[in-house]
Amino acid sequence: MISYFFKLFGSVLFISWVVGTLVFFLIHLVPGDPVAVMLGDWASPADEEALRTQLGLNLPIAMQYWHYISGIFQFDLGESLFFHQPVSELIAERFPMTLQLALMALLIAALIAFPLGLWAALRAGKWPDHLSMTVSLIGVSIPNFWLGPMLILLFSLSLAWLPVSGAEQPFSWVLPAVTLGTALAAILARMLRASLLEVLHEDYIRTAQAKGLPARLVYGKHALLNALLPVVTILGLQLGTLLGGAVITEVVFDWPGLGQLLVESIQRRDYPVVQGCILVISVAYITINGLTELVYAWLDPRIRVAT
Amino acid sequence: MLKYLSYSIVILWLFMAIAGFFIGEHANEVVLSQFLSPPSSEALLSRQAFGSDELGRPVLERLILGAQTSLFVALGVVFFSAVIGTTIGVYSGYMGGITDKVITKIIDVFLAFPGLLLAIALAAILGPGIENVVFALVVVGWVGYARLARAQTLSLRHREHILAARSLGISTPLMLWRHVLPLILAPLGVEATFGIAGAVISEAGLSFLGLGVQPPDASWGSMIKEGTRYLLMAPHLVLAPGIALMLVVLAINLIGDQWRDSLDVKSGQKN
Repeated sequence: MISYFFKLFGSVLFISWVVGTLVFFLIHLVPGDPVAVMLGDWASPADEEALRTQLGLNLPIAMQYWHYISGIFQFDLGESLFFHQPVSELIAERFPMTLQLALMALLIAALIAFPLGLWAALRAGKWPDHLSMTVSLIGVSIPNFWLGPMLILLFSLSLAWLPVSGAEQPFSWVLPAVTLGTALAAILARMLRASLLEVLHEDYIRTAQAKGLPARLVYGKHALLNALLPVVTILGLQLGTLLGGAVITEVVFDWPGLGQLLVESIQRRDYPVVQGCILVISVAYITINGLTELVYAWLDPRIRVAT
Repeated sequence: MLKYLSYSIVILWLFMAIAGFFIGEHANEVVLSQFLSPPSSEALLSRQAFGSDELGRPVLERLILGAQTSLFVALGVVFFSAVIGTTIGVYSGYMGGITDKVITKIIDVFLAFPGLLLAIALAAILGPGIENVVFALVVVGWVGYARLARAQTLSLRHREHILAARSLGISTPLMLWRHVLPLILAPLGVEATFGIAGAVISEAGLSFLGLGVQPPDASWGSMIKEGTRYLLMAPHLVLAPGIALMLVVLAINLIGDQWRDSLDVKSGQKN
């Protein structure tokens, strides 16, 4: 298990380094002169030169790369051109909000998906199955930037139950979390159904039934626990995806998280912040995926043996 | 029943995209007297059937132009992603050895990135525009095809007909084209079907964030974005493009599901 941990840690570190490198080169992908793009048409040559020095763009590219990568390890991601504040501080302010939103969405998704998936699997081929699978297919197909405004229209503007946007009021997280969690709920429900159907055909289930165990124990203890294994993996992997998907949801609900900061910084051409946000979200995503694999390996010894 | 419905929706989407060519610039005309006019049953057969937007432009025509945008992006993204991904995947799986190891590592790195975020980053840096959207989504999208094609090719590598062809001295490209590719097309087709749905949503998402198609050109995503400002006064601005988007994605997902189930021998026994 320990060697598996180190192997995984190494691969997380490697991919994070690749991500850092890609993010570094992003600014060099800007068509034309990035400094001119950031400052706009009315900047004086002196201003452009000052910014170029501030960003280190006048240095040889190898030096720039070294500064950027070594800076990352000291949590130095440069300074925002708009806020005149270190990027790492801005991100530290916003990240907890995004994480909170993602966790709430995960919780809501699990609360919807488990009953739905279970119901579908236990009544496979009958109407509850068709109904819950149709519902989940619709859930996958609704884009969150449309679901969000629809929920606002219904619950905030028409019924006035929940706040429209922001994060100050007590229940302001509900609509963003539901918006972000719906697609995940749909995916989880389908996974759980498929996984349960697979398990229900296993020999040990037949044995448990033949022994005369009550259905509650057969399904609750023997089937569900084993069926949950792949679902847990998806749950973890999707938490990472939620961090990415949160970008759109945060924009819809004006939620003061990393995604909103990213999109605003794109509009302001505040590239150091753009780079920082992408780096942090990606590394968080990679780390969460690594942790999920670790949990999976801990739950299922077969994985450890295979790798 | 559902099957015919989903095919009808997709066909309607195609017709709308073609109809877009006949509308052209006409749909961008500002008519302030029609400001936010709601859909009405009297105007059912006219341009105003779905009401007008904040500049008095008919929503129906914007919807049709948006269909064109989404179809163009979806076909572009799926075509380039599938061709690039399949070529790399098949080659990697067939060659094996160090080539396969390196390519697999590259695929792993791309899979480790949150896809939407990478697309947002690229679209942000390259600047808005439909070509950049296609490019960004291809950079994210090829990996899925590469992984699938590689896995499928690996399972074919030791088949007799491959061995026979190889012993006859066939060249690698011809081998992959004639003897490997035809056998793995079906699963790739399913992947491409879901890919179209994914590309439609992603294009709308990027346009929603202001990173995709720029005004006055229409995209369902940017229509939703503009409509959210008038949510209470004119909900039809958000409803129309949203429902269109959802129906198209739903129909394509349904078709993909059916296609996958018909290929999957196991699912027939299970249910």
